[in-house]
Amino acid sequence: MADLSVEFCGVKFKNPIVLASGVLGVTADSMAQVVRNGAGGVTTKSLWPREHIGHNGPVIISTEYFMLNAVGIPDAGPEKAREEIARYREVCGAPLIANIVGGSMEDYVEMAGIVADLKPDIIEINISCPNVEDELGKPMACSLVKGADVTRLVKEVLAKKGVNIPVTVKLSPNVENIVGIANSVISAGADAVTAVNTLGPGMAIDIDFAEPILANRVGGLSGPGMKPLTVKYVYDIYKTLKCPIIGTGGVLTGRDAIELMMAGATLVGVGSAVWFRGQDVFGQIVAEMNEWCDKNGVAKVSDLIGKAQK
Amino acid sequence: MLKINNNLPRVAVIKNIITETEQVKTFVLDLSLGAEPGQFVNVWIPRMNEKPFSVATDNGLETHLSIASVGPFSQKLHELKVGDKVGIRGPYGTKFTCESGQHLLLLAGGYGAAPLYFFAQKASAMGCMVEFVIGARRKDLLLFTDRISQLKNVNLHVATNDGSAGYNGFNTDLMTKIVEEQKIDCIYTVGPEIMMMKAVNLAKEKGINAQISVERYMKCGFGVCGNCVVDGLGVPTCISGPVMPLEKVLQIPDFGKYHRDNLGKKIYY
Repeated sequence: MADLSVEFCGVKFKNPIVLASGVLGVTADSMAQVVRNGAGGVTTKSLWPREHIGHNGPVIISTEYFMLNAVGIPDAGPEKAREEIARYREVCGAPLIANIVGGSMEDYVEMAGIVADLKPDIIEINISCPNVEDELGKPMACSLVKGADVTRLVKEVLAKKGVNIPVTVKLSPNVENIVGIANSVISAGADAVTAVNTLGPGMAIDIDFAEPILANRVGGLSGPGMKPLTVKYVYDIYKTLKCPIIGTGGVLTGRDAIELMMAGATLVGVGSAVWFRGQDVFGQIVAEMNEWCDKNGVAKVSDLIGKAQK
Repeated sequence: MLKINNNLPRVAVIKNIITETEQVKTFVLDLSLGAEPGQFVNVWIPRMNEKPFSVATDNGLETHLSIASVGPFSQKLHELKVGDKVGIRGPYGTKFTCESGQHLLLLAGGYGAAPLYFFAQKASAMGCMVEFVIGARRKDLLLFTDRISQLKNVNLHVATNDGSAGYNGFNTDLMTKIVEEQKIDCIYTVGPEIMMMKAVNLAKEKGINAQISVERYMKCGFGVCGNCVVDGLGVPTCISGPVMPLEKVLQIPDFGKYHRDNLGKKIYY
């Protein structure tokens, strides 16, 4: 049995596999079940400072090649976040990453203040959802200045409250220079980056109806086909910045997870894979990582981080 | 490892529309998705929404959906005509199961009669003896009673809250009476959760099996979005349900107490 534990921004994970934000993660018990199914940690669905209504259905479609989603980041607001995070602490000991989102700079500041009091292990700032583009997706995720501004403001809130919670910024792949944006948020005080959110947005048209299928018409693309892009983004960011990275996008197997770690990821996010391989995919991936490490004489999986860079 | 491409809507043409009650219409769609009793399908009206509906019959050629007009989506469905098209995908979720020769009790409240009628057809064909207990507020809201009474080895028991048909009172009273007088192997229930809770409590007290159709706010239908996850078990009802055995339902602290809305907020019964 290899040692699969990793340390990310000072937080210990029993294995590198974490539930990515947006999949499951609505409730404490759902996230606890993901941990029972083998994950080393979980990320909440994006938390808003107020109620936020999602999109109509269909919200997700998938084939054997891809998943396309426009759930629209629904959330009941801070009261629910308080209740669910407190309950998660009661029922589960694995690290919790609280993903926060907003429609304006003020929203992020407000949400940072709220979430700081809930003492998550890590805060992930979502500046990159491609299916709520009208509200914020494109402008913040794709601008060096705004991404850095949000990061700085959130860090200031945390500093004022005197809490020391690491911050990771979830980046969009839909940009010209992802390393530049990663650099700008790290320079603004982020402790890590999450690479990457879904691609696109993309569209699928039902040819019998001659209509886009998703009610939102467009949605974020994920699934196994995007993995080579994720690997490249993680590789490029790690090469330049050597910062802690949560690599996420297209991971289905233990080999995929190890590939992302060799590119430079410390943690590996798993989301769409629950459709491709089932709810127990987390445990399957962990078992496959273990098996690979044992077969290849790897005693500590953390030794693999950035190995393909050398 | 990868699943076949079964997760996109298919176009279905409405072949027939049967008016069942003033609230419920049965839509006969021209294709089968291979649904089994207890499972559901997502129905898509382009440019509007997609919603889950339990299957009232899938005979290998057609899918029958019995749908009450209760909200904007079902109202829109009720405006559709024969020849109109909808999108349909699935089937999703778990099924009702039984063994041949068993003595079963089916407890249906309101529209719950539709999926249980589908199951009664199968149970009857498997040689089970079925006590079909159906309840509604009044006589004209009773669903499928004619069809149920035509099934072989199926005894229909009717209750109405106002006494306009059958027993004057709750269908759960009839259920309790039958369970006390006869040996029942398993209780199956679909309907309002408070009613189903009574079936759960009775089954637990009497030590008999039960299969319960747990309804939660489903969005995707295949275990990704997380909106229909129940507390305790922490599993999505769209894949671990809707049909769950008694022992699982007993591990859901919210069952009979609260459900969650489209934002994940608790709504107490």
